[in-house]
Amino acid sequence: MQDGLKKIVADAEHAVGSVRDLAALEQVRVKFLGKKGLLTLRLKELHKLPAEKRPRAGEEINQAKRTVQQAVETRRLVLESERLEDKLVGGRIDVTLPGRGQRSGGLHPITLTLERIEALFSKIGFEIVEGPEIEDDYHNFEALNIPSHHPARAMHDTFYFDDRTLLRTHTSPVQIRVMKEHRPPLRVIAPGRVYRRDSDVTHSPMFHQVEGYMVDRCVSFADLKGVLEDFMRNYFEEDLKLRFRPSYFPFTEPSAEVDIQCVICEGRGCRVCGESGWLEVLGCGMIHPTVLDNVGIDNEVFTGFAFGMGVERLSMLRYGIDDIRLFFENDLRFLEQFG
Amino acid sequence: MQFSEHWLREWVDPPVPTETLVEQLTMAGLEVESVRPVAAEFSGIVIADVTEVHPHAEADELKVCQVSIGHGKTSTVVCAAPNVRVGMRAPFADVGATLPEGRRITAVEIRGVESQGMLCSAAEIGLGGDDGEGLMELPADAPLGKDLHEFLSLEDSSIEVAITPNRGDCLSIAGIAREVGVLNGCEVHGPPYEPVQDAIKDTQSIEIDAPEACPRYVGRVIQGVNLSVCTPIWICERLRRSGLRSVNAVVDVTNYVMLELGQPMHAFDLEKLHGAVHVRYSSGNERLESLDGQDIALESDTLVIADEQRVLALAGIIGGLDSGVSEATQHIFLESAFFTPRAIAGRARRFGLHTDSSYRFERGVDFELQRRAVERMTTLLVGICGGEPGPVVDCCFKDNLPKRVPITLRSARLERLVGLSIPDKTVNDVLAKLGMEFKRSKGAWKVTPPSFRFDVAIEADLIEEVVRVQGYDTIPSRIPQGGLKIQGSRESQVPLSNIRQTLVDRGYHEAITYSFVDPKLQALLAPNDHAIPLVNPIASDMSVMRTSLWPGLVQALMYNQKRQQVRVRLFECGLVFRRGAELEQENMLAGAISGAAYAEQWGIPARPADFYDLKGDVEALLRLASDPGEVDFRPVDHPALHPGQAAGIFRQGRRVGLMGSLHPTIARDLEISQTVLVYELQLCEVMQGRLSRFIQPSKYPSIRRDIALVVDKAVPATDVLNFVAKSATDVLKHLQLFDVYEGEGIDPGKKSLALGLTFQGSSSTLIDGEVDAIVEGILTGLKKEFGITLRE
Repeated sequence: MQDGLKKIVADAEHAVGSVRDLAALEQVRVKFLGKKGLLTLRLKELHKLPAEKRPRAGEEINQAKRTVQQAVETRRLVLESERLEDKLVGGRIDVTLPGRGQRSGGLHPITLTLERIEALFSKIGFEIVEGPEIEDDYHNFEALNIPSHHPARAMHDTFYFDDRTLLRTHTSPVQIRVMKEHRPPLRVIAPGRVYRRDSDVTHSPMFHQVEGYMVDRCVSFADLKGVLEDFMRNYFEEDLKLRFRPSYFPFTEPSAEVDIQCVICEGRGCRVCGESGWLEVLGCGMIHPTVLDNVGIDNEVFTGFAFGMGVERLSMLRYGIDDIRLFFENDLRFLEQFG
Repeated sequence: MQFSEHWLREWVDPPVPTETLVEQLTMAGLEVESVRPVAAEFSGIVIADVTEVHPHAEADELKVCQVSIGHGKTSTVVCAAPNVRVGMRAPFADVGATLPEGRRITAVEIRGVESQGMLCSAAEIGLGGDDGEGLMELPADAPLGKDLHEFLSLEDSSIEVAITPNRGDCLSIAGIAREVGVLNGCEVHGPPYEPVQDAIKDTQSIEIDAPEACPRYVGRVIQGVNLSVCTPIWICERLRRSGLRSVNAVVDVTNYVMLELGQPMHAFDLEKLHGAVHVRYSSGNERLESLDGQDIALESDTLVIADEQRVLALAGIIGGLDSGVSEATQHIFLESAFFTPRAIAGRARRFGLHTDSSYRFERGVDFELQRRAVERMTTLLVGICGGEPGPVVDCCFKDNLPKRVPITLRSARLERLVGLSIPDKTVNDVLAKLGMEFKRSKGAWKVTPPSFRFDVAIEADLIEEVVRVQGYDTIPSRIPQGGLKIQGSRESQVPLSNIRQTLVDRGYHEAITYSFVDPKLQALLAPNDHAIPLVNPIASDMSVMRTSLWPGLVQALMYNQKRQQVRVRLFECGLVFRRGAELEQENMLAGAISGAAYAEQWGIPARPADFYDLKGDVEALLRLASDPGEVDFRPVDHPALHPGQAAGIFRQGRRVGLMGSLHPTIARDLEISQTVLVYELQLCEVMQGRLSRFIQPSKYPSIRRDIALVVDKAVPATDVLNFVAKSATDVLKHLQLFDVYEGEGIDPGKKSLALGLTFQGSSSTLIDGEVDAIVEGILTGLKKEFGITLRE
């Protein structure tokens, strides 16, 4: 090989070895291998040689080009890998820092409880219906077999607007409204706000109730027991015992109060259940024939059950809340503890 | 209804312990609310006689007494009770005795005198009464040295039962005993019915003017009673164990008979009566001063007892002051009447008088009990106070007495309603035990309830009675059968849970506030609304129905601010109530925020939330159901909102809500230090959407043009955007406002709006020339309409 060519190759290899980044490497490549590069010029000058020397000289130049190309490629790989390494090191972050953006709030525990109750009853085909909160005497009392001087009215400390208009004391008026519009079979729950003039640790002048009822050709007290046992066990996710006690509501006959085995002490007796092992959670019964009459449903053909439960009570037991007033203070330190 | 277990067991004594008895009552529908010992725990207290009382040399208020407990044993006791006197018998805690709460009695020196024990008041040994009443006075014949427990039979319980309104028949020992008898199958025996022979011929004439309200009135004169005597201690104790205090002999005996038999009675001072006693409705313009000192204006539906001059008593509720008995009374007239529930119901509540008497008459008193009660009362009263009874006058309108009509009870109905087949024999048995008369015929019973049951009128009532006595726990549980029909649901309706979740995801907590609010706060936040006031609110700051959800939310926000919460985001959904032409009850959704836009964090600079943060939330809600193009925000004036930061929210031209920044003067008045932003939307508008419809996206490339416009500050951005959208053809696929700028480079009074317009043909590729022409047209229109120019 010509000495000049050897020097060029040696210069190129030296230059390649000393570059520190890809841009400089590219400059070196252009200097030796580019269109006007030193080796390219050599090839272009081949024609100046005598014809018999050209093949050998050409082969030598090409050999030199390959050598330089190889050196450049090798160096490029090294530099690229170094560059990636730098990028990775420089891109290292503290993954333990908190994420950015809007933090989620939460639903009120009463809503959580209502949604749970509604979801469970929906699964067995109960429809969810709501009604007005300012009611008339007829729907809240008369139609439910509570005439004006009935002693049971004393159990409902009622807020009035005038003689005939009041805040509903239970969601049972919805039962009347639905049954006047629709014929059996009926499976309905009516959730909502109700109002009674009462205020202490366990009573609030406003609270929530879910009333449910089923009317069909062959609905019996045994069905009522079955539904409520099924519901309570699913609501509390425990194999609870239930106890049905005779009671009295003007709109059901027979009527019952339902106690569940205390969910706090599992029935052994504690402060929450007053040492009895039982918690009163709802009232229920077979819909009174007069109520069915009032809405024009033949009580000889159809029978039905109805029940009403206090949502705050179920929520308090479920989440361990000990004062009903907490629900309506809307203290963020309270609200933040729920979904 | 509270009573002594001993007293009950005197009537009926099943071989079961207290716990079982109580459980039986509860499971039969007579819910036992409490069982309490009738005395606190103590020991070593005996009956003593005070034989000497001397002043204490060192202290005026103390006395030094000699106390004897028989067998010659006397003790010296220092005593402070004002009523201590020689010859009195009282409970004595000897040295070594234990008082309630474990207090041991030892000999102690009091101001230089050794006291060897303690004379006790009723309160000190847990037998009721108030502190400072003095020593408990025991009968003069109480046996000296006898243990007080034994003497007063204190191994007893006070049982309190919650009686439901239908079971007026259980408001007596007799009634509870009847139930216990039925549940245990035992005999019930009360004190024998002993008519008292009349000693004199005097009677008081009785006129029933309202027989439909008072079908029976039984009366008796007793002359020469001594009302200064004390009530025997056994009566006092039974009353105390039933929750009643001793008043005087006549009142105590009246109460005793009422508790025992369930018949409320009244005693008049015979000498205060003028002429015949009438039972009539009030004329409506009469007054009565009641025994408890109230001056009552009577109404025309008030049943009264009157003589020929004036009203004497509110029938079945309370007696009058001046015809009542006093210690000076010598001759009395006893009343034992049956007033119908309808005649009494609701009246007592109206006058704010809940008496034991009205409580019983409202629920129904046995209409065959009056005579027996008078005889029982006479026996007891004459035994205590002496006197000579006259003959019993029984004034009765038989036709007006409640009717006990036979009720048909069908076996098939019983089985169908309960879901359990009950053998005929069991039914027969239960009916008989309950005192029902019945005849059995083909698959049914004809049942006539007894006079004391006011709650058994229809077949379902009998069914309840049968299963109640049988036990509800004997009814099986069954999963009900029903048709498998799908409940329809509308896909175009956004579920409320999605709406709530959207707000939760945006950092809101859900609040539930009272539906009645403070009228002052409401007037501040919604002064134009006509709020509906409650007639009987529970508190003045909860006295009107909310016309907006803002008062509740603002109050909750203030509550949290007072508890050092600097960032609050709350929402609520619920009804608001307005009185327009008609009563309106509308479901609304509202939110209130204050404090930082984002919770404090490292990556986002802290800044307070402003109108546009709130608007982002409102838009997110509206996007759940509506297209952005349907919704419009327009400046409005609202007295509760900042005049420059208030917007009406419109959907397809309908006003559906309101949002803005709380007016600074209101915030100041409420002592809220931060900006508060609020919105309220009609819930139905947030929920009512439509079904999605797919449109094929264009497959041709799009062209974007950005233009920066110089616009008068007063021109709302939405007008500019609407104009652009309207003047472009349907090839304008997307219009985006991406910058708003005021300041250097822009004339004061102007603002720069930067718009991005994306064009796309749906059937061919657009060429630049077409787009340029459209943009040119838009710019010309903007100049003409608003004087808008392109920014240099």
